[in-house]
Amino acid sequence: MTESAITGVDPDESSGRAHQAEAASFGGVLMKVAGYAAMVAVLLLVAAPLFWIVITSIKERPDIYTQPAQWWPSPPTADGYKAATTDIEFWSYFKNSLIITTILSIAKIVLGVLSAYALSLLRFPGRTIIFVIVIAALMVPNQITVISNYALVSQLGWRNTYQGIIIPLAGVAFGTFLMRNQFLSVPGEIIEAARLDGAGPMKLLWRVVLPMSWPTLIAFSIITVVNEWNEYLWPFLMSDDARTGTLPVGLTQLQNNDGITNWGPVMAATVLAMLPVLIVFLALQRHMIKGLTAGAVKG
Amino acid sequence: MTAPPEISAPAPRSGPPAPVGKPPRRSGRPYGEWLLAAGLLLPNLLLLVLFTYRPLVDNIRLSFTDWNISAPVARYIGVQNYVAWFHDGNSHQVLLNTLIFTVATVGISMALGLALAMLLDQRLRGRNLVRSAIFAPFVISGAAVGLAFQFVFDPNFGMIRDLADRFLGVSVPDFYQQPGWALVMVTTTYIWKNLGYTFVIYLAALQGRRADLDEAAEIDGASAWRRFSKVLLPQLRPTTFFLSITVLLNSVQVFDIINVMTRGGPQGYGTTTLVYQVYRETFVNNKAGYGATIATIMFLILLVITVVQVRVMDRGMNS
Repeated sequence: MTESAITGVDPDESSGRAHQAEAASFGGVLMKVAGYAAMVAVLLLVAAPLFWIVITSIKERPDIYTQPAQWWPSPPTADGYKAATTDIEFWSYFKNSLIITTILSIAKIVLGVLSAYALSLLRFPGRTIIFVIVIAALMVPNQITVISNYALVSQLGWRNTYQGIIIPLAGVAFGTFLMRNQFLSVPGEIIEAARLDGAGPMKLLWRVVLPMSWPTLIAFSIITVVNEWNEYLWPFLMSDDARTGTLPVGLTQLQNNDGITNWGPVMAATVLAMLPVLIVFLALQRHMIKGLTAGAVKG
Repeated sequence: MTAPPEISAPAPRSGPPAPVGKPPRRSGRPYGEWLLAAGLLLPNLLLLVLFTYRPLVDNIRLSFTDWNISAPVARYIGVQNYVAWFHDGNSHQVLLNTLIFTVATVGISMALGLALAMLLDQRLRGRNLVRSAIFAPFVISGAAVGLAFQFVFDPNFGMIRDLADRFLGVSVPDFYQQPGWALVMVTTTYIWKNLGYTFVIYLAALQGRRADLDEAAEIDGASAWRRFSKVLLPQLRPTTFFLSITVLLNSVQVFDIINVMTRGGPQGYGTTTLVYQVYRETFVNNKAGYGATIATIMFLILLVITVVQVRVMDRGMNS
């Protein structure tokens, strides 16, 4: 991993020197010591709860309910994982999450790219107003729209269906904003040259503009996938059970099913729900962070 | 409402300034281009109008009705819902909870994010690992984090209790049953999950700023605090502005963590925020008209706060 791994900022000589100078300017050695202390403290703060749920997930049931707590399971067991994956139709929830995340992400990425292309490189009357309409949607909290949307989708008979979850979430504001900025940064001469070569608008998008925009498109895609995988409120309201419930919704139902929470399977399911997104993150974090630092937060 | 282009995040050194790609007008085919643009934009616009703007307006209409969400008709009752909300004893607690939760999460995650970003903006061994670690919780679903932290905070067998016993020899409060401590629990959980975001944005801003200004100040003999407050903070002002709006909007909207950890309790409304009250009234108590009223009030509050933020920032930039 390079120095730029997490910030998406390309490392170069001058920035390295600037940082050294800065470390010196704010107290030199003291600053470094504080830096290492902060690193250790933060690592512990982040890792401890994660470690805690992982060891809980592989403890035998009586070992979970002991004081003082065991910080190492003896012996470790897979019972929690077995229970979690059989008790609550875990794989149905998992399948629903996969289907909904896949369809929704593809829809959002396609709609976002097409909208951004029209709003950046095509000329038509009212372009600015339409751009503002798209972007202003970012400022409308979900909770204000769910009541009316719930009534509408229920009337259509779309509760507990994939389309009832997917379609109301498919509009794209953030991605349009991100991709539009990217498309606007493609040098005018290149677009000009492609047009002179006789490329029509769609060919221009596929052959010239998109190939030059891969990093931003990847960032937009990852942010979208992670957001949709984690989406909670709307799938929660739309789903009564494992027919369409996503993994986060399933976790809630797992919690309900036991009168007194049986923490072993619950923590096992939690770990299983966290894993896919953490793996994606570890593999592609540089792109994701680049997208987040270049735009807003909401998907 | 603000137009996000104005508050775009810092994108440090992300290439040369963007030349605006204005295509030259091609002779003879303007309408073709208009049609194409309409075709490309229409699906997305339709979805946004139907599922974002229509319900926003419809929500205001519903706020003046007595309505059960599964009923076909909503009965108009004027401002009764609004009057009821202001007289509802729970509303005051809900407002207070929202205020405490929002101020704490926004304030702490921004201050801590900046402090960490400054400390880690140096050449340190292993800092890439630590950066990834701080950011990782941000990508985990709120429901999973909420569930995990419920057991971390478990008053009998949780991690916090065990650590307090072991190292401090003190007993922990009952995070499940005492409203104040339950609020501390959800607030802490939210900060744990979201700190990585403010940290990463501040770090990118720090790495993109002009370090020579700071060096100049040092040569002038300014103290560390003066360099921080007179040089660094003003440099970071756009980033701080961007974060203050996005973090606040996200924080006010928290639903998953509260729903999973406390369901708005304990003791009735212990951790119910405005957003959670909207959900409870609409979907649990079957008073959707009243829920719409609270949603409208929340939207107005957010609108006022955002406008004030923009004003304050404008003044700051101009002075």
